[in-house]
Amino acid sequence: MTTPSETEIIAPVAARHVGTPRHHIAIFAGLLVLLLIAPFVLYPVFVMKVLCFALFASALNLLLGFGGLLSFGHAAFFGSASYVAAHAAKVWGLNPEIAILLGVFTAALLGLAIGALAIKRQGIYFAMVTLAFAQMVYFLAVQAPFTGGEDGIQAVPRGRLFGLIDLSSDFTLYFVVLAIVFGGILGIYRIIHSPFGQVLKAIRDNEPRSISLGYKVERYKLAVFVMSASLAGLAGATKAIVFQLSSLTDVYWSMSGEVVLMTLLGGMGTVFGPLVGAAVIVTMESYLAGFGAWVTVIQGVIFVASVMLFREGIVGVIAKWLKKPL
Amino acid sequence: MSAALDPATVSPPKSDIILSARGLTKRFSGFVAVHEVDIDVERGTIHALIGPNGAGKTTFFNLLTKFLLPSAGTITLNDRDITRLSAADIARRGLVRSFQISAVFPQLSVLENVRIALQRRRGDSFDFWRPQHVLAAFDEEATARIDEVGLSVYLHEPAGELSYGRKRALEIATTLALEPEMLLLDEPMAGMAQEDVTRISALIRKISANRTILMVEHNLSVVADLSDRITVLARGQVLAEGSYADVSQNERVIEAYIGAGNE
Ligand SMILES: Nc1ncnc2c1ncn2[C@@H]1O[C@H](COP(=O)(O)OP(=O)(O)OP(=O)(O)O)[C@@H](O)[C@H]1O
Ligand SMILES: [Mg+2]
Repeated sequence: MTTPSETEIIAPVAARHVGTPRHHIAIFAGLLVLLLIAPFVLYPVFVMKVLCFALFASALNLLLGFGGLLSFGHAAFFGSASYVAAHAAKVWGLNPEIAILLGVFTAALLGLAIGALAIKRQGIYFAMVTLAFAQMVYFLAVQAPFTGGEDGIQAVPRGRLFGLIDLSSDFTLYFVVLAIVFGGILGIYRIIHSPFGQVLKAIRDNEPRSISLGYKVERYKLAVFVMSASLAGLAGATKAIVFQLSSLTDVYWSMSGEVVLMTLLGGMGTVFGPLVGAAVIVTMESYLAGFGAWVTVIQGVIFVASVMLFREGIVGVIAKWLKKPL
Repeated sequence: MSAALDPATVSPPKSDIILSARGLTKRFSGFVAVHEVDIDVERGTIHALIGPNGAGKTTFFNLLTKFLLPSAGTITLNDRDITRLSAADIARRGLVRSFQISAVFPQLSVLENVRIALQRRRGDSFDFWRPQHVLAAFDEEATARIDEVGLSVYLHEPAGELSYGRKRALEIATTLALEPEMLLLDEPMAGMAQEDVTRISALIRKISANRTILMVEHNLSVVADLSDRITVLARGQVLAEGSYADVSQNERVIEAYIGAGNE
């Protein structure tokens, strides 16, 4: 470590730590402008897919990058919310916002149940417990009649937002999805920069020390688990409305793996990494679709290469260059 | 004590013993690391716990703070039985420990490390909707604590990048920020340069003015200098207890140290 000179350290003390860093505000603003232009340049459904996965990866990153908990079962929350939202919109004929909220609520409850059992375990055992429960949810989805088995729930109506705005046009829907995802990501940003987030990072960094300072760490872990599950549910439910489809792919273990991959590739523990990771993976999948099963192999190679070359992920590496948290 | 007749028992004065353990025992699959240890720590004193490597000192600390479950025995803090409390609850009762290996939050800055302790005063921090600059209210006090251990130059450095000795100093500043009634320090000076040892010794003496300290330390000149009372532990059992002069003359103590190849 280099010893910093006194002037260098003392000068910025007052300016630091007050309010949101300017460069974060600038990035969020720039991102919003880009996303407002995006549907005029790109295929809106494609961008909506990226957005849903960006939210899903950000939800996982909240748990992994800031809570230090690796879940290998997040497809359970994404998928179950997707099924419930699809069912509510199609069979019960509810408005899309209500359908999505029901999906989120389901994911939250499931998160509470799975989280309460999983947080008793540490490290790899935690990951295994989440995977095991996610497999049980997958099994239920295969068996339960309302999920439509192999076919899934198809032709889900997008309906009218608040009973007023017709969402059947991709263009209109795009701006609703953008609002949901951007809101979700700003919410996550607030969580990680709150007094709660501060304790969360302490637990991630050193759990015994946090306990010795009097923090009841299980409660914080459970709280962040439920938040992460709910946000994953928000992503899954929104995706069901966008694609008018909910299927077994959404609850399958490979979905859990994919979102971990997005987070690691983009940079876990960074704010913007999961967005970049999601964009890269979704883009890759759609451009490489012609390679069929090889997509998985190519993904695997990229994953191994990125983990070996830059462990901090794309955004993590950039943050290191710029010497600024991103 | 004729408790029933004494009017003072309506609100009993705190006894002179702040922490005591009776018959405290820890077995690890057949191996007894701590064996029926009794200890009484007098309020306002610095009490040292010494003994050769592997004597069971850290295990004993882990039992007192419930980082390990005792196999047998009881612990009382301020005349209350705390044997069944959780580790976090024991900390909340004012018995706060440090760790033998440095325990900082490596990705948080030095300032944030100390602030995490001060943040405990808000009670629980489940408010995920508030911006974190509400915590700026603690910055001034945190900075003062950091200054006390000579780390103010590193205020915004990630704690993980500090040298070993500085991490230990930061750990002490963090522990002190809780203003605990009683501190358990597990080898606070280990790995420190002499200049830091002097600084931390002075700090420990200063903070002991209105609190109680139980300290494990291998540096015997520090122990001789600071402690009011010393308990010697060897193979999980109390070998001797008394002042430094008493203990250092004790034949069994000398033997245990030589036997363990330690000094
Ligand atoms: N979790 C555990 N499982 C099994 N044995 C343990 C465990 N923890 C400690 N021990 C054993 O208990 C004994 C006491 O260890 P402890 O760490 O308490 O010693 P210590 O007095 O703190 O030593 P040192 O001066 O080296 O820090 C050692 O023989 C150690 O190997
Ligand atoms: Mg020890």
